Amino acid sequence: MLADKDRIFTNLYGLQDPGLEAAKKRGQWDNTKAILALGPEGIVDIMKKSGLRGRGGAGFPTGLKWSFMPKEVKERPHYLVVNADESEPGTCKDRDIMRHDPHTLVEGCLVASFAMRAHACYIYVRGEFIREREALQRAVDEAYAARLIGKNNIHGWDFDLYVHHGAGAYICGEETALLESLEGKKGQPRLKPPFPANVGLYGCPTTVNNVESIAVAPTIIRRGADWFAGIGRPNNTGTKVFCISGHVNKPCNVEEEMGIPLRELIDKHCGGVRGGWDNLLAVIPGGASVPLIPKSICDDVLMDFDSLKAVQTGLGTAAVIVMDKSTDVIKAIQRLAYFYKHESCGQCTPCREGTGWMWRVMTRMVKGDAKVAEIDLLQEVSKEIEGHTICALGDAAAWPIQGLIRHFRPEIEKRIADYSRMAAE
Amino acid sequence: MSLRRLAPPEIQPPSFAFNAENAEWARDTIAKYPQGRQASAVISLLWRGQEQEGWVTHPMIESIARMLAMPFIRVLEVATFYTMFNLEPVGTHLVQVCTTTPCWLRGSDAVVDACKKHIHPHPHTVSADGKFSWMEVECLGACVNAPMLQIGSDFYEDIDGPITEKLIDDLRAGRAIKPGPANGRRSSEPEGAPTSLTDPSLYDGSAIGKYTKQVPEPAANTDAEGKAPTKAASDREAPVQKPPGAAT
Repeated sequence: MLADKDRIFTNLYGLQDPGLEAAKKRGQWDNTKAILALGPEGIVDIMKKSGLRGRGGAGFPTGLKWSFMPKEVKERPHYLVVNADESEPGTCKDRDIMRHDPHTLVEGCLVASFAMRAHACYIYVRGEFIREREALQRAVDEAYAARLIGKNNIHGWDFDLYVHHGAGAYICGEETALLESLEGKKGQPRLKPPFPANVGLYGCPTTVNNVESIAVAPTIIRRGADWFAGIGRPNNTGTKVFCISGHVNKPCNVEEEMGIPLRELIDKHCGGVRGGWDNLLAVIPGGASVPLIPKSICDDVLMDFDSLKAVQTGLGTAAVIVMDKSTDVIKAIQRLAYFYKHESCGQCTPCREGTGWMWRVMTRMVKGDAKVAEIDLLQEVSKEIEGHTICALGDAAAWPIQGLIRHFRPEIEKRIADYSRMAAE
Repeated sequence: MSLRRLAPPEIQPPSFAFNAENAEWARDTIAKYPQGRQASAVISLLWRGQEQEGWVTHPMIESIARMLAMPFIRVLEVATFYTMFNLEPVGTHLVQVCTTTPCWLRGSDAVVDACKKHIHPHPHTVSADGKFSWMEVECLGACVNAPMLQIGSDFYEDIDGPITEKLIDDLRAGRAIKPGPANGRRSSEPEGAPTSLTDPSLYDGSAIGKYTKQVPEPAANTDAEGKAPTKAASDREAPVQKPPGAAT
C-alpha cells in the first residue's frame, strides 16, 4: 500500500484548508522558480523519465506529448488547455482536485505552460461543476494576488490562467471537441491530423492534458523522476487517484500506487464488496467506456494500463464500478448504451445511428424480447461502429456491449429463453 | 444525440437584456479571450442569461449573437447542442437526478420515484405550485457519492428516496437544505475511519523545502538563487530515456 508521504494529493478529501497558505504548508508552490530554472527541455526530460502516462483515459505518455510542441514560438502563440470536463461515468477524481487541492493544478499549469512555451492556459471545467469552478477560480485569484502567476510574476514567466466552462456535453472531453467548444462552437470532434500540437486552439499550437496529469507534474519534478518511476511497475509508473463506486461497502476516492491488485484496492479502502468478495459479479475497471470483467478475472488482476489491457479491458480513468450478484448486468450495460446514445454529437453516421440502434436492441434484451441470433448481430454492428468514427466515442459505446457479450452471453441467452417461454404460456 | 428545439413562439418573451451587473460581467468575460475570438464567451453568456431568466429564450439568443458579432444560427446551434441550457421554463428549483449506471446501481430509481411523487409524475414539467421541476440527467461526476442529485448549483449526495422527499419538502417550506453528502462524511473519503492521509507530518509545514533540494540544477548556471545540486541530484542527469509505450 502506498505510504502517505508518497501521496501527491494530500488534501484529496478537503479535510484541510484548500487555500494558498495551507497549500504552501503542504509543500505546493515550494521553490517553483527552481523548477522553471530547469528550462523547458529539462522539465520535459524529467516528465519523460518519470514514465507518467496521461490520466484522462488514453494513457499517452505526458512528457512525450509535451515534446510535440514546436521548440520555438513563431507568429502563433502556444496554448495549454486543461481538460476538466470530467464526465466519464464512474469518474470523480478531478472534481476533488479542483475543489480541495486546486493549487496543485494551478502550479502545474504554470510549470506545464512554461515547458511548452505557452503564456496562456485555459482550464475547461464541465458545466455541472459550478462549485468546483468557483473553488478553482478562488485558487487562481489567490495565485494572481500573490503574484505567483500573471504578468511580471515572481517566477519570471508571464502567464495568464483562465477558467472556462462548458454546458453539459460529454463529448467535450474529447480533446478536439473541447477545443471547438472553447472556440464557441458545438462540441464536435475535428479530424486528425492536423494534431492540436500543430493546429489547436484558434489554429495555434496547443496541448490538451487531463487535470490529474497536470496537477502531479510539479511534485514529480520536485521529488525527481526516479521517485515517481519507482512507484508501480515499469511502463505503468506512479500514483493514481482511483474512484471506486457501486456495490462496495464504502465507496470512495483514493490515491494509490499503479498496479495495486483490484481486490486489495477494494478491501483496503472500500470495506470490501457488499456481501463479501464472493458476492462479486463483475467490475468495470476504468469508467463506462471500458469492457467489464467478471469476478474470475477480478480475483487477481492488477490495476494498471498493461495488466488490464491483457484481459481485454483498460484502466481508462481508473473509475472502478463494482457490481454484486444482485445486479441485472444486462440492464447496467443497457443504461450505458443509453448514455452513449444521448451523448453522441451526431457528426458521424455510424455513431449517431449506431448508438441509438444498439440502445434499442439492448432495451429489448433486458426484457429478453429478442432472438438469440440478434446477439451476434449486435456484436457485428458494434464492430462496425468501432473504429469507423472521427473520435473514440463510437469505440466507447461499442466496448461495454462487446464486454457484456464476451462474458455474459449465457445470461442474455437465458433471458431470451425465459421470455419466449413466458410468451408461449 | 437528443433533439432539442426552442420553446414555441407563444411562450417566448418579447425581449431580453442583461441587467447592469451581468452586462459588466459579460464585458469582463469576453476580455478573457484574444481579440477577434469573442465567440469563445458564448457558453458563458448563455449560461449567465439562463441564470438571470431561468431558461434560454429566443430574444436572449439574438441579443447574445449581437454582443459577440456571431450569426444567430451559430448561437442557436450552441444553445440546442448543450443539454444544460433549458429551452423552456423550469421550476424555481430544478432538480436534476443522475441515473447513469453508478448511481443506478446504488438506488437512483428510488430518487426518481420520490421526484415523481413529490414534484410531478412527468419530468420537464413544472409542479402545480410552480416551484419545482425535475429531470433525469447523465453522469454528474460524483459517482463515489451515489446516488445524488443537483439542485441549482449544489450537489446533494449519498441520498435515498426518503432523503430526497425531505429535501423537496424542506425546499417547498422555505427551509434551508445542506449540500454535500447526507450520510455524515465530508466528501469522497471512505465512511468511518480514514484509510489514508492520516500522517500528521503532511500538514505540519515540514513539507516546505523538503524536496526542492532534489530538483536537479540546470547545466548552465542560470538561476542564481537556486541551491547547489546534491550528489544524488546530479546523478539523475542521465541520458534521455526512450519514451515509454508505443501508443500513438
